[in-house]
Amino acid sequence: MDWYPLYNSLRIAAVSTAAVFFLGLFFAYYIARLPRLLKGVLDVILTLPLVLPPTVVGWLLLCLLGPKQPLGAWVLNVFGTKLVMTWWSAIFATVTVSFPLMYRTARGAFESFDPSLAAAGQTLGLSNTYIFWRIRLPVCRQGILAGMVLSFARALGEYGATSMVAGYTPGKTATISTTVYQLWRTNEDAMALRWVLVNIAISAVFLLTINLLESRDKQKNRGGSRP
Amino acid sequence: MSLKVDIRRRLGSFDLAVAFAAEQECLALLGASGSGKSVTLQCIAGILKPDEGHIEMDGRVLYDSAAGICLPPQQRQVGYLFQQYALFPHMTVRQNIAVAVRQHDRRKDVTEELLRRFQLTDAADRRPARISGGQQQRAALARILASEPKAILLDEPFAALDSYLQYQLELELQNTLAAFPGTVLWVTHDRGEAWRSCRRVCVLEEGRSQPVTEMTELFRAPATESAARLSGCKNYAAARPAGQRVELPEWGLTLETGRAVPPDTVTAGIRSHHVTFAVPGAANAFSCRVVRIIDDVFETIVLLRPEGAAEDAPLLRMECAKEAWRAREKLPVQTVAVAPEHILLLK
Repeated sequence: MDWYPLYNSLRIAAVSTAAVFFLGLFFAYYIARLPRLLKGVLDVILTLPLVLPPTVVGWLLLCLLGPKQPLGAWVLNVFGTKLVMTWWSAIFATVTVSFPLMYRTARGAFESFDPSLAAAGQTLGLSNTYIFWRIRLPVCRQGILAGMVLSFARALGEYGATSMVAGYTPGKTATISTTVYQLWRTNEDAMALRWVLVNIAISAVFLLTINLLESRDKQKNRGGSRP
Repeated sequence: MSLKVDIRRRLGSFDLAVAFAAEQECLALLGASGSGKSVTLQCIAGILKPDEGHIEMDGRVLYDSAAGICLPPQQRQVGYLFQQYALFPHMTVRQNIAVAVRQHDRRKDVTEELLRRFQLTDAADRRPARISGGQQQRAALARILASEPKAILLDEPFAALDSYLQYQLELELQNTLAAFPGTVLWVTHDRGEAWRSCRRVCVLEEGRSQPVTEMTELFRAPATESAARLSGCKNYAAARPAGQRVELPEWGLTLETGRAVPPDTVTAGIRSHHVTFAVPGAANAFSCRVVRIIDDVFETIVLLRPEGAAEDAPLLRMECAKEAWRAREKLPVQTVAVAPEHILLLK
């Protein structure tokens, strides 16, 4: 059995989650402090990829990244590489669809953060960078971790936009989800079943992780001890 | 050591205009809830920005709208004790103090020293949620001192504590602050707390600050009705000046004041415990019907209606020792008096 799709899916999801972590935190932090109207509008725009069909996201991404489109053509000209149909093209798709999950959970966590903690840090002379990374993030870590787990799971299972932007090339752009589709199309049911089982196993592990995080969160809110 | 504040800030319909100066002392900022006390502290600490004005500490300008100066809170060296203490919940008590130590090369020594001084050695490795309210307050104070502030702002320091804890902690807090070489602003709505800990007071009234006065002055001769309310006075009646006397039309009374009544007097205030039993014909004596008797923990509260009072006039509240009331309770009409010097003349 060729394990390339698993490896490819995992690295796409990992890179995408790392990118979404920073993007999500950045937007969550700055949008939480905007006036209400602007916040509402930006919130809708940034959450849209979550509710759009993945094929619509894929189509929109191709409009931006395709080799005949302005951005794609410019990158091809300057760097001599296409933005689509490589293994990392899928990252554009997974970042777009998983970003709202990270953004929304992080924003929820930031909004329940007690502002007097940040103010206390400031009056004690701690830098704003320190307060963000060493006080705000650790205090909000349950929500942020949950956001990352959801984003990783979403990136791992992405099919629609990925297949449009990265296609399916065995040993190159194949991911678990595109491989399952390809195997079903070519009537290789036994192989398809294996990949289905792999996928179910990974998803189960992630759901368990989320439940574990949530139960720890509840315990914390009850004032129970923490390790 | 001094702190000068003169700021204005508008937020919706609420208009804050506060001006006062404090020396190296513990100055009370006394006001009802919603009078702008916390907002004032936050402006001084740099957490909120006023619309305009000037804040200066030891000759160093912290904020000046005209000169475009607004130092970030990190550079102000103003310690802030938050109502809920704002200890970092994911750090132990020791870590909470250690992060704030200003002398980085002596971090460990300073932290251990403060833990000892505030009797937190046993709680040092616990998180804030796992220690008592009193320990939380001590930890927050130790953390503030670790940052070596030039002034300390206390925002209702006992709001988060049960009252039975307060007495002991208040003594501790007074000792800590007595050793502190700088200005302390103590925000509270509790006149007793302010009286016990501060010698001078600035009263805040719906976002406006009154001139700083001696604490004793606030109780002896408050200038306005709201200052009188904050000082605990409970009886008020509309007043008309009449030379050395004051007319109280609502109660149908004219009382001696023993001093010239200022022409801008509009209200007279009488503290409940300054209403005393008297014999008919004594100075400032008048008779009243008993409307209601409330048995309090250590004394009896009697609500009286002066005999010449209008139907809708406020009742006169009297507080007296339980024995004193027992000796009198059979009488349907009581004669009471208020000493001339105990009538507060309010603008």
